[in-house]
Amino acid sequence: MANFYTDNPDLKHHLTHPLMEKIVALKERNYSDAEKYDYAPLDYTDAQDSYDKVLEIVGEICGDIIAPNAESVDHDGPSVADGRVTYAPATQVNLDACRKAGLMGMAMPRRYGGLNFPITPYIMAADIVSRADTGFENLWGLQDCAETIYEFADEDQKQRFISRVCQGETMSMDLTEPDAGSDLQSVMLKATEQPDGTWRLNGVKRFITNGDSDIHLVLARSEAGTKDGRGLSMFIYDKRDGGVNVRRIENKMGIKGSPTCELTYKDAKAELCGSRRLGLIKYVMALMNGARLGIAAQSVGVSELAYREALAYARDRKQFGKAIIEFPAVYEMLSVMKGKLDASRSLLYECARFVDMYKIYDDIAKERTLTPEERKESKYYSRLADALTPLAKGMGSEYCNQNAYDCIQIHGGSGFMKDYACERLYRDARITSIYEGTTQLQVVAAIRHVTTGTYLNLINSYLEAEVKPELQSIKERIRVMADMYAKAVEHVGKVEDQAYGDFMARRLVEMAGVTIMSCLLLNDAQRNDSFRRSAEVYLNLAQAEVTKHAEFINTFSPESVAEYKVL
Amino acid sequence: MSLNIIVLAKQVPDTRNVGKDAMKEDGTINRAALPAIFNPEDLNALEQALRLKDANPGSTITLLTMGLPRAAEIIREAIYRGADTGIVLTDRALGGADTLATSYSLAQAVKKIGNYDIILGGRQAIDGDTAQVGPQIAEKLGIPQVTYAEEILELKDGYVTVKRRLENGVETVKAPLPCVVTVNGTAADCRPRNAMRVQKYKYAASPSEAAALSDERKALLEKRPYLNLQEWSAAYVEADPAQIGLPGSPTKVKNVENVVFATKECRVLDDSDAAIEDLVKELITNHTIG
Repeated sequence: MANFYTDNPDLKHHLTHPLMEKIVALKERNYSDAEKYDYAPLDYTDAQDSYDKVLEIVGEICGDIIAPNAESVDHDGPSVADGRVTYAPATQVNLDACRKAGLMGMAMPRRYGGLNFPITPYIMAADIVSRADTGFENLWGLQDCAETIYEFADEDQKQRFISRVCQGETMSMDLTEPDAGSDLQSVMLKATEQPDGTWRLNGVKRFITNGDSDIHLVLARSEAGTKDGRGLSMFIYDKRDGGVNVRRIENKMGIKGSPTCELTYKDAKAELCGSRRLGLIKYVMALMNGARLGIAAQSVGVSELAYREALAYARDRKQFGKAIIEFPAVYEMLSVMKGKLDASRSLLYECARFVDMYKIYDDIAKERTLTPEERKESKYYSRLADALTPLAKGMGSEYCNQNAYDCIQIHGGSGFMKDYACERLYRDARITSIYEGTTQLQVVAAIRHVTTGTYLNLINSYLEAEVKPELQSIKERIRVMADMYAKAVEHVGKVEDQAYGDFMARRLVEMAGVTIMSCLLLNDAQRNDSFRRSAEVYLNLAQAEVTKHAEFINTFSPESVAEYKVL
Repeated sequence: MSLNIIVLAKQVPDTRNVGKDAMKEDGTINRAALPAIFNPEDLNALEQALRLKDANPGSTITLLTMGLPRAAEIIREAIYRGADTGIVLTDRALGGADTLATSYSLAQAVKKIGNYDIILGGRQAIDGDTAQVGPQIAEKLGIPQVTYAEEILELKDGYVTVKRRLENGVETVKAPLPCVVTVNGTAADCRPRNAMRVQKYKYAASPSEAAALSDERKALLEKRPYLNLQEWSAAYVEADPAQIGLPGSPTKVKNVENVVFATKECRVLDDSDAAIEDLVKELITNHTIG
């Protein structure tokens, strides 16, 4: 009888952030849907009540079904026979529960059968699901692909495919190939246009999560003879048409319930989604941003479970005549875990709200011309979302790995055994900093916001807000960190050496990241006293990190990069 | 074939999560301290009803519950999961009913509903644990009953085939419709609430609930008729006042004792037949067994 939503008041804190009122009013077009749909909200209070109630369903399914199933799913895993995947039996039970609860088209518009939720509560559901079963979150999170169909496909395709996703059909995004991983420009899967306007796909994809899904988004080379990203287009493949088979599924370290497939396309019928040649440069980029936010949520869910498992064990386990939680070495670890958890969660929802703001404006722009103020606001949030997504994904995933590591550490020898959930969690966590762009690639995406000042401007805007007297000292310390960060950026920027810049990028991005998260926790503490501890604990960590990086940057001579070069 | 399905359900105190203040000093349940929930096995029954509805499109599920006006909460819970409508049978005159009076009152309500193909209910409620109400309703309606049902295997040509979970195994029986089927906790769990239905029906209210609502919400009930839940009185279901509530309940609670099991009384017996016989006799005499 567990409920993973109601047992965690932090979630509601983020769901009821002041910016939500504007987001919901825009998303609901001032609640005009209430006349057309009997389940549309009447006003903001009603909408919040609906999010609350629906997340309660998610929390209940997670607590009562998905979490108890996680161990057997990890053990059984999916299987493949005759080109088709069969999920682990308990995975099927999880999926059925989510379908019956009508949760599979959460963020899709009502006209396609969705719930029309903003990204923020939808991402919150992903956070909750990931805590229950990290691998299942992949199947859950792939409903996000419908967003890409919604944004770029034609109306007929939207009608046909999105409604099926809302009914519970699953999706996959078929991007990676044996020779095209981080470098998707090298995708070779061949798309050939037919006289009737449909396409045929031929080739191989690898590492495709949920590769035997009902509806696939496929990146393929539509322009014969091209070699770069501009020759790639996006296609929709419907499993009902046949032509794609699963050759094998990978034997993975973690997220074992989520089938990772190698696919063979043999004259598979597909239809073009959007315009030719924009597959990678526009659609996959949009898809990836959504997916990265999803992984950020998955990471926070892992951190949450890691913290809870570690806390429960530390309270229970007695050594030297007392519970181990009473030892400073252990409680420090726990507090830092909680600090990282809270920091990455605040960043996740800040980012989700920014994504909501600009995406809703984008959507409104399809109906009417935006006013100049709206356009300005949309652009502002779009930039911020673009800046925070790689931070949320990159740092959130690193934190969840650190938390999973510490969770095992707190369990001691028992944590190394298969008897506790922390062992599974540790394996599940590992992929988060790899897929949908490694942490190193998140740095690549984030660095321009270091050089153009997006992060510093954001930090300064956070520091403009008045805070309670008891939080003043935190704010002052963040100001010191911001100064160190600004100086480090300036210092690195003075050197005109690409390799040196790339070498220092991670440090600068991390400095920005921890400073922003400190600001967000300050903001949380301002709204809710329960965050004060985390704000303090995290600040200590963040300030030490910033100082460490600043010290490294200041004493490092650019020529030394050569010392690191390994050939 | 579309069916008219009635699901009997009860709102009960959550005796599975009992805290320190769950019982009053006089040994009766402190209902205020326990959250009121949908009786668990009634949810199993609801799932069987929903499966019948899935298999027979056009079927309707009516949830019938007797209790305080707040029992409308479980009607909403049932509607969130796929039931169509619900009735709260509520009346001061119905208070204090034992299983005999309860089954009579519910049978009267079922007769008022009239046209039904099958009545499903949980095996028993977790507050009373009698498992008597379902069977007694069947008797009063003069229709067959199938108890301890785990799964409805088939419903066609006027018959229902049911798998029963018994102490020593499984039995499959067939009964003519209409009939009463009481469902075991070993049956499939009820499906979750549906997100869309929750949003659509969250403001559904019974007349007593509606009375306490804001004008705005009252207006919504008027605008959306499907949000109005029904509330029936004893008189409405034409119940004989002598057969309902306390007057209609031959079961009288004389005393409730709080039994605390303690392990301090330990006696070692030898393994002779005589010693065992003496112990059994003693246990029968002091009413521990028998």
